[in-house]
Amino acid sequence: LSARGKAAIVGTAESDLGEVGPGFTPLDLIGQATERALDDAGLEKKDVDGLFSASAYYSMATVSAGEYLGIRPRYSDATNMGGSSFVSHLLHAAAALEAGLCEVALVTYASTQRSGGGFRGLSEPPNPYETPYGPRYPVSMYALAASRHMHEFGTTRAQLAEVAVAAREWANLNPKAFLRDDLTVEDVLASRMVSSPLSILDCCLVTDGGGALLVTSAERAKDLRKPPVYLLGAGEAHWHRNISQMPDLTVTAAADSGRWAYEMAGVGPEDVDVAMLYDAFTINPILFLEDLGFCEKGEGGTFVEGGRIAPKGELAVNTNGGGLSYNHPGMYGLLLLIEAVRQLRGECGERQVEGATVALAHGNGGVFSSQVTAVLGSANVL
Amino acid sequence: LEELKEEMSPAEAPALVYRRHLENGKLGYQRCADCSAAVFYPRVLCPVCGSGALEWRESAGRGTVYATTAVHSRNHDPRNVVLVDLDEGFRMMSRVEGVPAEEVEVGTRVRFEVRQGEEDEPVAVFVREGS
Repeated sequence: LSARGKAAIVGTAESDLGEVGPGFTPLDLIGQATERALDDAGLEKKDVDGLFSASAYYSMATVSAGEYLGIRPRYSDATNMGGSSFVSHLLHAAAALEAGLCEVALVTYASTQRSGGGFRGLSEPPNPYETPYGPRYPVSMYALAASRHMHEFGTTRAQLAEVAVAAREWANLNPKAFLRDDLTVEDVLASRMVSSPLSILDCCLVTDGGGALLVTSAERAKDLRKPPVYLLGAGEAHWHRNISQMPDLTVTAAADSGRWAYEMAGVGPEDVDVAMLYDAFTINPILFLEDLGFCEKGEGGTFVEGGRIAPKGELAVNTNGGGLSYNHPGMYGLLLLIEAVRQLRGECGERQVEGATVALAHGNGGVFSSQVTAVLGSANVL
Repeated sequence: LEELKEEMSPAEAPALVYRRHLENGKLGYQRCADCSAAVFYPRVLCPVCGSGALEWRESAGRGTVYATTAVHSRNHDPRNVVLVDLDEGFRMMSRVEGVPAEEVEVGTRVRFEVRQGEEDEPVAVFVREGS
């Protein structure tokens, strides 16, 4: 069974981003994004019969979103595995479309964590094997992984900083980016330490924001407003939830999710024009570049040196500015899909990657816990 | 009849057995009787082979720092958080005491001790070997 090319993303939109101000709820932003995505696609709300969402606010995410939007779905999927959930929803939507369980799927998410007072963490009970030691969730867990990568492969803080600098340079080309000013490796190294070796500028933003994505069959997609962006392949994997259970802190389950996505898509890393790699922290893209085959294990730090993933570099990574400089509303996976779609439609203005036909969107959830990879393509690579 | 009683009575929760070990100054872990895997955190089935035959063991408490971070906060000295690989083949989160948080290094040999936690619960910590 293969879903290759059978489903297409036909509408995308962000809600208002950054800091939306007091009183707005995540559902208000979901409403904004949904209206804009429907307009982008040329679809009506009544066309939507599949609903996909995850939330740190609403324990029944699709039920709450369905009520607010006035959508009564016949297929509903509130899978929550952290920030990667929405890439997973895209795969699940393709399967549901293929099985005839729905015809038009809406994937949506939003958070108002910045206006609402900061990172909205977990509602899980304390873990007797981790909580007593006081790691700061989630940054300390990523810091542990970074410490191991540095020990095994000689990765440096300056190399981590290169990831943040590249993200900022892309953000400077994106009018919607939250942070748009100059940033140097020295700035990152000199910034306040949070959980060593990660300083505050190694960490993603805490912003409001959300988005919506409309997915339908390739056949139906042909008659809509924008050029369809096809799902070529996807894979999802998770091996652990808690960092103390991660088998090897230098290898993520992206090694599986990526392999499965490439196999389904019939492409490899050498075919990818734009790589959207979930950058919750600067160590993340380094591990994902390795696990997704853009370089060998251990070479991620060297790979990002010298502006290689920055504008005009060899590989276009996180062209919206990423979670580090564009926006990171708690869970970011939907926003990286939106950027991948826009690159393949050629809608990215100053930051457009010329002639992009294949984009990879990789979502991460938890503490390197869940990994979901999607490969998207324009019509001429079908 | 005794046998039947034993079968019917609920087993002690893995987390409570672990805690009882700590209260006695011991670091408990489990070993699978079927596949020999060392298992931590404690559970009711082996995550490697699926067997329910997990046996409690006492660790010798010697291990190596696998990963480390110093967690900074505004009003306190940084605190250390590590992952330690115990010689018996399991890994756990802990902290290394007796050295500034930033100076704990990956690869350091460490030895288990018990401390009282914030709510008076016993907590497994480590000190550097030889200290």
